[in-house]
Amino acid sequence: MELIKIENLEKKYKTGVTAIYDFDLKVKKGDFIFVIGASGSGKSTLIKMLYREEKPNKGSIVIGNINVANLKNRKVYKLRRKLGIVFQDFKLLPRLTVYENVAFALEILGLTNKEIRNKTIKALELVGLKNKVKSYPDQLSGGEQQRVAIARAIVNGPKLLLCDEPTGNLDPDTSWEIMKVLEEINNLGTTVIMATHDKEMVNRMQKRVIVIEEGRLKKDYEKGTYENESA
Amino acid sequence: MKVLRMLGRSIRDAFKGVFRNFSLSIASISCITITLLIVGISMVLSYNAENVATLIKKDFSVVVFVENDATSEEVKNIKEQIENMDNVDSYIYETKQEVAEDMKESSAIFKVIIDSWDEDENPFTDTLSIKVKDLNKISETADELSNLNKVEFVKYGEGIVEQILVILDTVGNFLVGIVIALVLVTVFLVSNTIKLTIFSRRKEIEIMRLVGASNFNIKLPFIIEGLFLGVLGSILPIVLTIYGYNSLFNYMSLNEISPFLKLVNPSPFIYLISLILLGIGTIVGMFGSAGSVRKYLKI
Repeated sequence: MELIKIENLEKKYKTGVTAIYDFDLKVKKGDFIFVIGASGSGKSTLIKMLYREEKPNKGSIVIGNINVANLKNRKVYKLRRKLGIVFQDFKLLPRLTVYENVAFALEILGLTNKEIRNKTIKALELVGLKNKVKSYPDQLSGGEQQRVAIARAIVNGPKLLLCDEPTGNLDPDTSWEIMKVLEEINNLGTTVIMATHDKEMVNRMQKRVIVIEEGRLKKDYEKGTYENESA
Repeated sequence: MKVLRMLGRSIRDAFKGVFRNFSLSIASISCITITLLIVGISMVLSYNAENVATLIKKDFSVVVFVENDATSEEVKNIKEQIENMDNVDSYIYETKQEVAEDMKESSAIFKVIIDSWDEDENPFTDTLSIKVKDLNKISETADELSNLNKVEFVKYGEGIVEQILVILDTVGNFLVGIVIALVLVTVFLVSNTIKLTIFSRRKEIEIMRLVGASNFNIKLPFIIEGLFLGVLGSILPIVLTIYGYNSLFNYMSLNEISPFLKLVNPSPFIYLISLILLGIGTIVGMFGSAGSVRKYLKI
């Protein structure tokens, strides 16, 4: 079954730069997809359109039963509540503790304190940070901070996890730990789409790889490696 | 239940927001405090100036001099006609004998002269001193009075009354203008300060949006925080205005400088001013916050 269906997508920025052209993509439920391409190829634009931070000029994006491309700005939160997003720069709130940072995503839904507590602890357990609930982000290493961000992204049990270069700021070993966490989340049934530059990791994971070049979908490998594109 | 939980969390977050961004909160609170203090003082001053103006206006009167040979029947007639005039508020009637007595009391020389007169030699006239309702129509009323039968002439400080009226009205309008200008300055300064504090928290707002907070979810804690800042900022101006005005009032009532320089009674006047200050503080705080957050929301 398809979770995401992208058809005839086009994005042109106001500066006149066209970031994405005639782009079609189907993503099955439970997929793990790497999106690779050089800087400026349109990877980030694609991810941003998936969580509706950017609005496409043409074409459609349907995630589950939400038509993302037509979503009004004030309705965007309905989409965001159904997916998790992880960034290169973590985007944690420095004045909140680890627990508060994760619980934050549930509090806005109006859940009871008990529900929030159970889900938050479970998510932090999954990323292996149950013993750091009372720490503040600046007391954690980069890898730990990213794991908090992942816990926050998945705490609400989303069907889709979007990752925009989540290991871009981390060393190879830490990146691999993060990768393992993401793989585990994927194994639990969440679809993961991850934009990355990390060749070694893509090669080791042997997952579906889509290659974007100058805004176009250039290749789509079922079990791809980065090497194919190094030429 | 769900709505209550969310409201409860917003109130908690608003509290946290005030304390976790303490230096910014202090900046907003002190800005509100200082501007409200100035607004409070200017309101107290201008209201008292208005009050003094009213006292001065009330002191104006038209004096009607009845012809010396008028009979008591004719005087009664004049009184009746005056009572029926629209613009007449009240009047005091003095017979010519009373006028003579007043004169005798005012000076020993007058007493000697007046005592030398026979009863029917009294050259004074019966007088009616009239307070009008609308000072702006005083000259019309004076004309009307002078046309009454057996009225010799009418005096009301022609020329001076009009000038004083113009001065008082100008001063009054000027003071009201100052108060309005100060309120506008308050709104501008406070909302700018709040804008700065929220600018420094735009990352927080961005993250709230990313994890699926609706615009309402995001705005509510900031609006409540603005309300807190407004209330906290109004405390000092209110205390100072009440305490300061009461002290000034007590001092002024013990040392009378001029019969016109009377301060308005502190109760309920000063509590009304306090309420207005609190209102300005909270409304500017809330709307300032809501407006500033709006900038970082995509609507």
